This record gives sequence, structure tokens and C-alpha cells, in this order.
Amino acid sequence: MVKGLAVTLSNLMRKPFTTSYPEQRIRQHPRFRGEEFTWYEERCTGCASCAKYCPLGIIKIVTSPSETAPLQGDKYRLETFDIELQRCMFCGLCVEACPYDALFMGSGFEEGQYKRTDLVITIDRLRQAEKNPSTWFRPQLEGMDYRPGEGRPLGWREVGRENWRWHQHEKAGMRLAAGRDDSEGEA
Amino acid sequence: MTIRTEPMTVNVGPQHPSTHGVFRVRITFDGEDIVEVEPVLGYLHRGSEKLAEERNYVQVVTLTDRLDYTSSMINNQAYCLAVEQLLGIEPPPRGKYLRTLAAELQRIASHLIAVGFFVQELGAFGTPLMYTFRSRERILDLFEMLCGARVTVSYMRPGGVFADTPADFWPALEQFLEDFEGELEEIENLLLSNEILMVRTRGVSPLPADVAINCSVSGPVLRASGVNWDWRKMAPYDAYDQVEFDIPVGQNGDNYDRFWVRMQEVRQSLRIVRQCVAQIEPGPVRQELPLVLRAAPGAEAYGRVEASKGELGFFLVSDGGVSPYRCKIRSPSLINLTITEHLLLGWKLADMIVSLGSVDINMGEVDR
Repeated sequence: MVKGLAVTLSNLMRKPFTTSYPEQRIRQHPRFRGEEFTWYEERCTGCASCAKYCPLGIIKIVTSPSETAPLQGDKYRLETFDIELQRCMFCGLCVEACPYDALFMGSGFEEGQYKRTDLVITIDRLRQAEKNPSTWFRPQLEGMDYRPGEGRPLGWREVGRENWRWHQHEKAGMRLAAGRDDSEGEA
Repeated sequence: MTIRTEPMTVNVGPQHPSTHGVFRVRITFDGEDIVEVEPVLGYLHRGSEKLAEERNYVQVVTLTDRLDYTSSMINNQAYCLAVEQLLGIEPPPRGKYLRTLAAELQRIASHLIAVGFFVQELGAFGTPLMYTFRSRERILDLFEMLCGARVTVSYMRPGGVFADTPADFWPALEQFLEDFEGELEEIENLLLSNEILMVRTRGVSPLPADVAINCSVSGPVLRASGVNWDWRKMAPYDAYDQVEFDIPVGQNGDNYDRFWVRMQEVRQSLRIVRQCVAQIEPGPVRQELPLVLRAAPGAEAYGRVEASKGELGFFLVSDGGVSPYRCKIRSPSLINLTITEHLLLGWKLADMIVSLGSVDINMGEVDR
């Protein structure tokens, strides 16, 4: 009996290996694939690779010819970018398919809504959302020692795989915006 | 005086706390003895095989996660091997090692679940299950580092794995291997020589080797019956020909042997993981392939692995398009369920759930 009590006592002194969730949180890994997709409109060309590559076909993209700078190659303006989150399984293949590093997984997991229509992420929500991209399939972010949600949000020029100039000809809007920003920086 | 008795039919499941998933078995009892067994399947049917026919070769990887959701990595591996055979490609060495490493970690996690629930069904509620889940959580944390998800991993791709490991993975893995040694010892001390467990499981529901072979059973259930058969040794895939490990084989094929084989396999998997860590070298992890793969028309391939439950195979037929023309899944849990009658007939009600638990079925895989 003493031996049994010794086992009990030794286990009594141990730290628990559970956490009580809403108050204590486990630190997620930056690669965590979660919701609140991070999307950079400045980088997106509307090629719809993500929509084609989604196994469930839940990304809806509508583009229209851009009036601003068609001659410079800024061909399309994004009209719709809907992600039907209620059917999403967070496999991340859309992120893998994106050639311009415009779409990132998010780090959240607490998306509960009362209506199913509220679960559709619209283009406005994607525009306004705080940019805390997950580092999943984005090795350039892992080198930065960046943790989503624990620092400042990232801007579109910080998240690219290569120098942003490499696809200028695809997205003239980027060049225009960048030029304006540069001049502001100098002033 | 004679008592007039008649057999009684009881439905166990489809939603019952001690059945594994939505499994229903209709049992006729004569008192406490089982006289008739009829498993009823199909409650979790999602049509994975059909869904695979309208998705391209990479997209199907996400479906395989959901077959046997306690060993997603191994499902990914089996499917990727089938696609690689179909296309005639081979992943780079680091990709092979990472796959082996992930699959063995997943095997440990899966066996921990099997053992934990097996003991829970014997009546040890909570405690042993928490011990095994504690270690399993650590493995899932490692998977989160590797691929961003804990259960539905989608880690592997035809031609390797999706990306290289993050920098903090290797120290975390070393730490896990160090801690797990003690945790496993604790679980073994708690369970392997436990008197109650042995009394309840020794000699119960034995499966002779010839019946096991005739029923085409595979995995730990087959090896517990004394048949030395493991695809990792028989037809090594990925990096299994580079590592050394033993195949634990049972003797009687009873419930205790099936449990014992799983505990020993955890040890062997740990050995393989250690060797992978020692042997792995930097390099590419994925062969460069186009996003949308195409195979030659009429090509066929069968990729098989030794999954945690048995032989898992994917048979793919191509018609030259971007998606498989036919994707047949040979799932070990379904085939292993065919021995239900051999296991249960003549045994008592109290042993029924334990015997089912010792086969370690997973309904996601049985119904697909």
C-alpha cells in the first residue's frame, strides 16, 4: 500500500499536461494552416490559379478588363474574390498554386458564425483584414523569423518570394503603386 | 425444472461510445454468449473513390487524409507511391527520408490510439488513454511544424513532400525522442505486465494463422497470429531499405498478442525514426513537376504500404486525362473486419468490444 501511495504522490507533484483552452492558449507554429486567408490585392493578377486548383472549387473569382492601365499590362481588375469558408478544408492547395505570392493561409481557427452566408469571405473582407499570413508554403517568411499574429502585420512588398519587380509586366498596378511609394519615401 | 430461453438480438451501434466510429454490429446473444454476428457497414460512406475520379492527381492527396484519419501520413504515402509508379518518377532521397520519418511518427501515434482505446474498452477509463494521448499530442505538434495541420496533413505530394522542414523541427524532434523514451516506458510498465489486462485478454478471441491468411488479414492482426509479413520488409518503399528494424511477431493471435505486437512496433518505429534522423542529408525534397500531372493513357499502378492497420493500397488507372480514371482503395480496416465472426462467435458480451478494439478498425477507412 505504501508503494501504491508513493506512485500516487509522485504523480501528484507532476505538472498537468493539459491546458484549459479559452484562458490559456498553446502557441501555434507559424506554419499552421488556418482560416482568415490573407490576400494581397497588389500582388494578385486575377489569374484564378487558386480557384482552379482548389479541390472543392469554393473560390470564386470574377475579373473585368481594367480601365486604368491596360496598355502597361494591368489587364484585369478583381470584381469578386469569394472563398466559401464553410466548405473549405484548409488543405492549402490554393496557396501552393498561387504563382505571385498573393494568397496566404491565415492562422485563426475560431470562425463561428450564426449564418452560413457569413462564412463566405468576400473581397471586401479580404481587403480590410489584418495581414497576418501563415508561413505555410512560403519559405521566404520562415527565414524572417516571423510569427503570425504576434507582431506587426506584413505589407505586400515584404512577403514576396523574389524581388517584386520580377513580375512587373504582369501587374502594372504594382509598378505604379511602388513608384508612388518610392517617391514618398524620398520626400 | 427447465427454463424456457430464447436468443436476443442486440444492435451495438451505429452510434455507441465504445464502437469505433459509426460501426453497427447486430449480435444475437444466448444469455451472455454470442451466437450470431452481422456487421453493418456504410454509415460513413463518402464516395472517396468516385470523388478521386474528378480531381487531379495532386488534389486527391487531400482526400486520402480523410480515409484513416488516425494515420493520414501513411495514406498520403500510399497514394503518392501509386502516382509515382503511374508516372514513372522518383522522389529525391531527402524526400524519401522525410516520408519515412513522418510515416513512422504517424504509426506511433496511430498505435498509441489503438492501445489507449483497447485498454479503455477493458474498463480502464481515462488514465491509460491520457498517457497515450499525451505522447500522441507531441507527435501532432511535430506534424503541425512539418505541414501546418495536425490530423488532415496533406503533407506528401507525388514526387516528394510539399516543402522542406522548418528550422525548429529538428530540435523539437530530438526533444520528443528523448522524452518519449520515458513516456513509453511508463506506458509499458503500466500495461504490458498488468495482471487484470492479461487475465482479460490472454487466450481471448484467438485467430489461427491459417484463418488470418485465408481472410487476407494484414498488419498487426496478422503478425499477432504468428505470420511474419510486413510490406516494409517484403517490398521496401521509400527509405525502408536503408534502415534496420525488426518485425515483432506474436504467437497465439489472441487479444493480448495483438496489443503486444502494437506496443513492440512502437519501439521499432522509434528505432526507424532515430535512424532517419541520423541518415538524412540536406537536399531537394520534391521533384519538380508541373502543377497538373498527366499519365499515359491506359497506364495502371498499384502503390502499397504497410499502414498502421495493415496493407493499404491504391490502384490507379489512367485514361490520359488530368485525373485518375479509376481509383480503387484497398483499405486494411475493411478487410480486417471480415474476421469479426471468427473473433466473436462463442465469446462473451464483455469481450466483444475488446476484441473489436484489438483489431483496430477505423470507420473512415472501412466505408471510404
